[in-house]
Amino acid sequence: MALPVPGQGTHPLGDRKRRVLISSTSSDSHTWNLVFLQILLEEMGHDVINIGACVPDEFLIAECRRTGPDMVVLSSVNGHGFLDGTRVISRLRREPDLAHLPVLIGGKLGTRGEGDSFGEQLMAAGFDAVFEDTKGIGAFREYLATAGRAVELEATA
Amino acid sequence: MTGGTELAVQGRFGTAVSAAARRGELVVQPRMGMPTVTEMQQGLRAVRQARATTVGTITLDSYTRVGDHSSARRALAAGSDLNGFPIVAHGADVTREMIAGVGDPGFAIQVRHGSPLPLGIVQALLDAGLDATEGGPVSYCLPYSRTPLKESVDAWARSCELLAERVPGAHLESFGGCMLGQLCPPSLLVAISLLEGIFFRQHGLSSVSLSYAQQTSFAQDMEAIAALRRLAGEFLTGTQWHVVLYTYMGVFPQTTGGALELLRSSAVLARVTGAERLIVKTPAEAHRIPTIADNVQALEEAARTAREVGDAASEVADSGLYAEARALVETVLDLGSDVGQGFLKAFSRGYLDVPYCLHADTAQRTRAYIDGEGRLQWLSAGFMPVRAVPPAGAARLSADGFLHMLSHVQRSFDTPELDSGSRTLPSRGVLSSSMG
Repeated sequence: MALPVPGQGTHPLGDRKRRVLISSTSSDSHTWNLVFLQILLEEMGHDVINIGACVPDEFLIAECRRTGPDMVVLSSVNGHGFLDGTRVISRLRREPDLAHLPVLIGGKLGTRGEGDSFGEQLMAAGFDAVFEDTKGIGAFREYLATAGRAVELEATA
Repeated sequence: MTGGTELAVQGRFGTAVSAAARRGELVVQPRMGMPTVTEMQQGLRAVRQARATTVGTITLDSYTRVGDHSSARRALAAGSDLNGFPIVAHGADVTREMIAGVGDPGFAIQVRHGSPLPLGIVQALLDAGLDATEGGPVSYCLPYSRTPLKESVDAWARSCELLAERVPGAHLESFGGCMLGQLCPPSLLVAISLLEGIFFRQHGLSSVSLSYAQQTSFAQDMEAIAALRRLAGEFLTGTQWHVVLYTYMGVFPQTTGGALELLRSSAVLARVTGAERLIVKTPAEAHRIPTIADNVQALEEAARTAREVGDAASEVADSGLYAEARALVETVLDLGSDVGQGFLKAFSRGYLDVPYCLHADTAQRTRAYIDGEGRLQWLSAGFMPVRAVPPAGAARLSADGFLHMLSHVQRSFDTPELDSGSRTLPSRGVLSSSMG
């Protein structure tokens, strides 16, 4: 499920080359999902900083400060994404300098598959968009493309 | 078939594999780890009694792997599920009793764990009277952890020395031929496996095995294992060594027929290349954690296939894989006499660089692809002493192409099954497959 809300504080990628930080959550050791996202974003012309699997919350916050990305994409497929994601976004939003950084989360976010839906709660916790794997990668691609056009329109208005 | 001289000392595990090889039998081994004494004992007993030449496996749980033994103890006390046998939390006495209850003091058992910092685990397995484990400073650090490579190299050096000192002939297997499970060109798998074997020997071990995980092309895999054997013969003289093959570790077929066919193809591969040991996967793996019965079925299927093949030695076409692996090995050995230091320099300079590995201590300048014949090739080789051969007209990897590659083997083995119309394919995300 994609829940992009461009009017509510999202600062999406424009058409120009941006820096995107990709990260897993603290408990997730999978990496192929992270590599796939890296290739996808590079294909779209962006620079990617991929900080890998099992990322502790403090390390993610430190890397956001150190690398100054335009957007953060969290990906998790071990079923703990909802719990890990809720915790880390709350911490990140408490940091004044990171409160408005665009942060997305996607993947297999719960353990039950089709029946799970965490979009609303993760948005309420502070994410700018949520992509659950049951809806496929199309929504994520579309979000990035649409988000790019939205910025363009704002700039020319 | 086992290399090395008869002078090198071998313990229970190495001896069991050598003896089977002399009888012309392939040793088959499961991945298996249960939390409680009763279940683990039942599993080992079932493996020992399977209609196959087997060695046992005790796979440890994730808490033990990361050194969080108090969480493992709490889970045991609460009766919660763990994904393996917590050898440290159980302690030496309980583990010894568990093994004694298997009912065969000569049964060889290997402890499998996945830890970049294995000293505590090695101590625990030795205290429990076991003499074989697996891993390596590179192969258990880069794919699965955020541990700095230097810390892993130091910890593995100390662990090898402890193993060698406590049990003459203790056995250590390099997991280096399994890097990331899939999409690593075989020359690099062969080189890392061999270099870890040399590292083990430098730190006192006299009985080692070198791994190789089945990849995407039978012909290329044959060439890779031949190269690994040749290099082992050249670089591990005076050490007892054998080759262990892993049934494909990447995204697995979802049909039972496809999964069994892939398992059988790995048994044939082991046989025709002279690999002494095979670690199997079960058809259940794509859907759930395999039961004891699933494991026994896979062991027996692999053993039956291997017996039918005999040990036909086949001609191996030379595409340059041996030369490429040898160039990688020599590049590391030329960096200094200590292989551990060589690893550190080689990874920091990108002379060794595992494609799609995200560990911070690697250069991350290489990528691999599957060519039209199903062989793994270098798309970009970064700073490694190998030549990339990008496909004509498509030097860049697309995200869709990458997904397609990840599921190449699954598709190859599932498609004939699905075409026969007998089964429906349940959905399972390619990206959430585990690394093995």
